[in-house]
Amino acid sequence: MHEWSMAEAVIAAVIDEAEREGLDKVTEIMVRVGGLQQMENEVFEFALNELKGAYGGSILEDARIILEREDAVLRCRFCGNEWKFSGIRLCEDEYEAIHFCPEVSHAYIRCPSCKSPDFDLLTGRGVSIAWIKGVKGEEDGSESEHP
Amino acid sequence: MDPRVSILDRRLCEVGRIIAVTGGKGGVGKSLITAALGLNLSRLGFRVALLDLDLTSPSLHIILGADDIFPEEEKGIIPPEVAGVKLMSIIYFTARNPSPLRGPDISNATLELLANTIWGEIDFLMVDMPPGVGDVMMDIIRWMRGSEFLIVSNPSKLVLETVIKVIRLLTELDLPILGVIENMKRGERSSWEKLSGFGIPFLGELPYFEDLEDAVGDPEMLLSSGFGRRLGEIAAGLI
Repeated sequence: MHEWSMAEAVIAAVIDEAEREGLDKVTEIMVRVGGLQQMENEVFEFALNELKGAYGGSILEDARIILEREDAVLRCRFCGNEWKFSGIRLCEDEYEAIHFCPEVSHAYIRCPSCKSPDFDLLTGRGVSIAWIKGVKGEEDGSESEHP
Repeated sequence: MDPRVSILDRRLCEVGRIIAVTGGKGGVGKSLITAALGLNLSRLGFRVALLDLDLTSPSLHIILGADDIFPEEEKGIIPPEVAGVKLMSIIYFTARNPSPLRGPDISNATLELLANTIWGEIDFLMVDMPPGVGDVMMDIIRWMRGSEFLIVSNPSKLVLETVIKVIRLLTELDLPILGVIENMKRGERSSWEKLSGFGIPFLGELPYFEDLEDAVGDPEMLLSSGFGRRLGEIAAGLI
């Protein structure tokens, strides 16, 4: 599943960031999931929790993972029209193709107003890490946020 | 934070060598040379994958006659095999539709393919690049560390200027250049006369093969063609 490879990327990125910031423990990971990529939240969340144990070791064992859905909003570069991905209808194969690679939306989506394929994705492309929280050392256990 | 960059080294950790085929203008033969080198390396017993990063005009699937194939999904994207080589291309997802991508879209799509493709153990990953020194060249340099660059030139003055820019950029960045292949050679004119001063190897020249078009879509015919056999010799020199 594509959800697994993206989950693997998230865990690898969190470990990298924790090492950069000198965190001993990661306590919370906020993952933003853009609507365009159409991730299956249950599978993605399951994969994240499985992989944090497999790859993360003790640094991630207590980390709480929060998924936040973000609507995909597109804006036409030609006429300026804005619309939501959730408001349009495509066939199953087209949805699947966009799931694999959101940029191929340019092959299937046209501006509802002027039919241009030249649009920007304002929000909600794919998976991103909004922030992680963690603790440094054992002295006070205080959390800090790392965007 | 974009998590995809953090997984790239792991995705490429079982890849022996990455050879990125670059060069001058469109139409100099990069894709045919990428495919023919890959097929020859495969016939020599190496495990080979081809990656088409000419995202708006992919063509490796046409050269290999790869119709009706699609990657498997198993904790990532598993590229299908055709004629003994793995093939990853955006064509699986765009089908035959035009996909007008601007710069940031090109980089995002490239990163998406690199972050999610599960190559497995391979000896050679051959990358077909679009012409010139644009987004894909910068992304390969940034994200496909350790790539070696193979430059395709031809005798046209129109090609030479761009080839020189490619060589100058790669040299300035101290990146490995495997050498230059001069394609479509006719008559005495040669771009190599102008390129030899850059201190990079000359891998060989290929004459203009009138019947090469007949082999497009048929990997076995491509391999047995004069073009394919000549590239077999060049491939043996890359090992």
